[in-house]
Amino acid sequence: MADHDKMPVDELTGIETTGHEWDGITELDNPLPRWWLWIFYASIVWSIIYMIFMPAWPALPGFDGHTRGLRNHSERANVAVAMSELEARRGPMFAELQRVVDEQGVRAVLDDGDLLNFTLAAGRSAFGDNCATCHGAGGGGFIGYPNLRDDDWIWGGSYDAIRQTIAGGIRWDAHPETRFSQMPAFGRDELLTRDEISAVTDYVMTLSSLTVSADADLVLGASVFETQCATCHMADGRGDITQGAPNLTNNIWLYGGSREQIQASIYRGPYGAMPSWENRLPEPVITALAAYVYLLGGGETLAQASGPETGEAG
Amino acid sequence: MTPVSTIKKSGFDYNAMAVLGICIAGAVWALLAAALGTDAAMRIHAWIILAGFLTGILILAGAYSNGGVEVDRREYNESIVRYGVIASMFWAIAGLLVGVIIAAQLAWPALLQFEAFPQINFGRLRPVHTSAVIFAFGGNVLIATSFYVVQRTSRVRLAGGVWPWFVFWGYQFFIVVAATGYLLGITQSKEYAEPEWYADIWLTLVWVAYLLVFLVTLARRKEPHIYVANWFYLAFIVTIALLHVINNLSMPADWLGSRSYSAFAGVQDAMTQWWYGHNAVGFFLTAGFLGIMYYFIPKRAERPVFSYRLSIVHFWALIFIYIWAGPHHLHYTALPEWTQTLGMTFSIMLLMPSWGGMINGLMTLSGAWDKLRTDPVIRMLVVSVAFYGMSTFEGPVMSIRAVNSLSHYTDWTIGHVHSGALGWVGFISFGAIYCLVPWLWKRKSMFSRALIEWHFWLATLGILLYITSMWVSGIMQGLMWRAYNELGFLEYSFIETVEAMHPYYIIRVGGGLLYLAGALLMAWNVYKTIRGDVADTEEVAAQQPLLKPAQ
Repeated sequence: MADHDKMPVDELTGIETTGHEWDGITELDNPLPRWWLWIFYASIVWSIIYMIFMPAWPALPGFDGHTRGLRNHSERANVAVAMSELEARRGPMFAELQRVVDEQGVRAVLDDGDLLNFTLAAGRSAFGDNCATCHGAGGGGFIGYPNLRDDDWIWGGSYDAIRQTIAGGIRWDAHPETRFSQMPAFGRDELLTRDEISAVTDYVMTLSSLTVSADADLVLGASVFETQCATCHMADGRGDITQGAPNLTNNIWLYGGSREQIQASIYRGPYGAMPSWENRLPEPVITALAAYVYLLGGGETLAQASGPETGEAG
Repeated sequence: MTPVSTIKKSGFDYNAMAVLGICIAGAVWALLAAALGTDAAMRIHAWIILAGFLTGILILAGAYSNGGVEVDRREYNESIVRYGVIASMFWAIAGLLVGVIIAAQLAWPALLQFEAFPQINFGRLRPVHTSAVIFAFGGNVLIATSFYVVQRTSRVRLAGGVWPWFVFWGYQFFIVVAATGYLLGITQSKEYAEPEWYADIWLTLVWVAYLLVFLVTLARRKEPHIYVANWFYLAFIVTIALLHVINNLSMPADWLGSRSYSAFAGVQDAMTQWWYGHNAVGFFLTAGFLGIMYYFIPKRAERPVFSYRLSIVHFWALIFIYIWAGPHHLHYTALPEWTQTLGMTFSIMLLMPSWGGMINGLMTLSGAWDKLRTDPVIRMLVVSVAFYGMSTFEGPVMSIRAVNSLSHYTDWTIGHVHSGALGWVGFISFGAIYCLVPWLWKRKSMFSRALIEWHFWLATLGILLYITSMWVSGIMQGLMWRAYNELGFLEYSFIETVEAMHPYYIIRVGGGLLYLAGALLMAWNVYKTIRGDVADTEEVAAQQPLLKPAQ
């Protein structure tokens, strides 16, 4: 390379090669493409300019850790501003919702079109990202996770009852006001014999008018129900919302309504839990969520809730 | 072929003793871990590892009862490249198959999620897929081609006697240990660096041997200069060693257990991980495969490399700039903003150094463009370089913070990775293997050129389906995540955005299936060629000159 004597020339292009050869491969002595070089330079210049405007060089003396750049840009500050703008935008409506619910009750929301739209939007947004995982995007529920659209409520379907359930959770030890009840595991803990469980299963099925086999021992079932189940589910099987004991007479089943599923529930004593949402979600959001769930279709007025219309969602 | 009697063999030398010692030490540790391991996964894994070391001892015994490995300096070591080609094909099929399976699991999660078999659910198969295609397939192609290219362009036999074989088998062993570990649930939860500490130590050992074999071979070269492909291979080997060791610095919770704790914490850990992750892309999937490009394109096209000067400048620019670009994986996180600026600006500056390789690859074709019509292998190599150019343009664009705020965490990233992986890495590897198989097994050509054509078109269509579906789904996903309604609430819940992906996930499965089908045709073609069923009528596109003695 040093002496510019004749280098071999590539016949096709007329360009000199570098004179080296490796396993038959040679190299042309083409210059760097101009456009390539200029764009490369331009990207370097652009980067330096960007670094002047934005936080860039660390560890320079007198810059408190790193340079802030001419724009004094801070993504942390931007996020804080964006969040406070959003809160300022939504805040008045949240306050209005709280006021209306407190002073006139949740049904008053239905009379104010704007407030109703806001409540549904806020509730739907919170529901989709926090509740839909278990209760389904539309609130329809799955086995073990109650349907929130029907008019059957385990812990009560009034606005206040729903809000308390959301805030405290169900069987959520970390919250002092959590909803709590426990059905014994009649089979696993050997409180009942196999025959007794089988008989009471058939008896429970008859409460919802389900067909049972002809040789079902309903006499034994009824007596087991009376001694073991009636305390919580009531003698007529209509349940008790104050204890979270589901209604067994409406053919709505939280853990499934086949004979095997009902028998399994009696055997193992279900212990479903829901997290407490207090301190996870802001108070106004919990209010909107409770109103949204209430308005999904199955919410009860206080008058209804005090009646016998209680039972299990499923 | 030289008669067997005159080929020089090593005998049972100190190199063999060292490898034997490593295997025995490994077997003893595995036995202890199998018996006394602190967790169940470790005890199961240790049996697999023990089997591996015992296999190693058996292979050694077999080779040395036969006089040892060949060390005759008059011949190139092509045998190891043949093993590498076959291993590459095997891992390609395995990795692509797992890719199709996990794509189907994402498309039909209810159908393909098995509660009783956590080993084959998405969470464990995903790292099996990424490690199998990147490290098993890509790594074997890199090791095989680097061993071939460094010998040919240095005119010297591969150095090290038994050590290249240690590298080859040790690397396969690492892959098996890593993959079986994932299935058992053993992971250190670092993307592309999932294997736990004992697998990492093993890979370090293998990789240092690889570096030494490559360096000593280069040092013994009979050419005055080091060919550009070897610069790239060397940069790849050295940098991967550095990345691997630093990102995996950790303290085992127990020397007979499968759990370790990283030396880094918090955002430092994240930064170290993405310094590693990004440069695994830069030095494994870019620099290494540029080494392949720089040998196989001029060789196949029978044209000189376009510009020596460009190769120097873009090599050094690429090496210097790539290593700083990692922070662009952590935009809008706890990473300090000055670091994000660094990552973004260096990614922008990286565009032209990356494109230098594309220009040199494409312009080398000048005077040979007509071969695109007649030679599907050249077409594959060239399309590969085109995808390289596209991905290395897309990457800097996605590193811009404003773009990243839309693209990050979406399928767009997956599409970007696959245009590079299927288009660039896959095609350059397939092209190189199509060149190598006839050269290595001394065949006139591949068994069927028509099958190569089918492979090319199936795979190209597969890539297009894959990346277009991921662009659409990714951008849609990003837009849905950030959409607010007029009342100031998020328009869509997360699950609604997941549901919206469904059709695109099905298209992706289709793209993956086409790509896999192409690779299966290739495996059949390679098998028939190796068996010697080469039709005489097939045109030979470019024939490797007869073996030139190494010395």
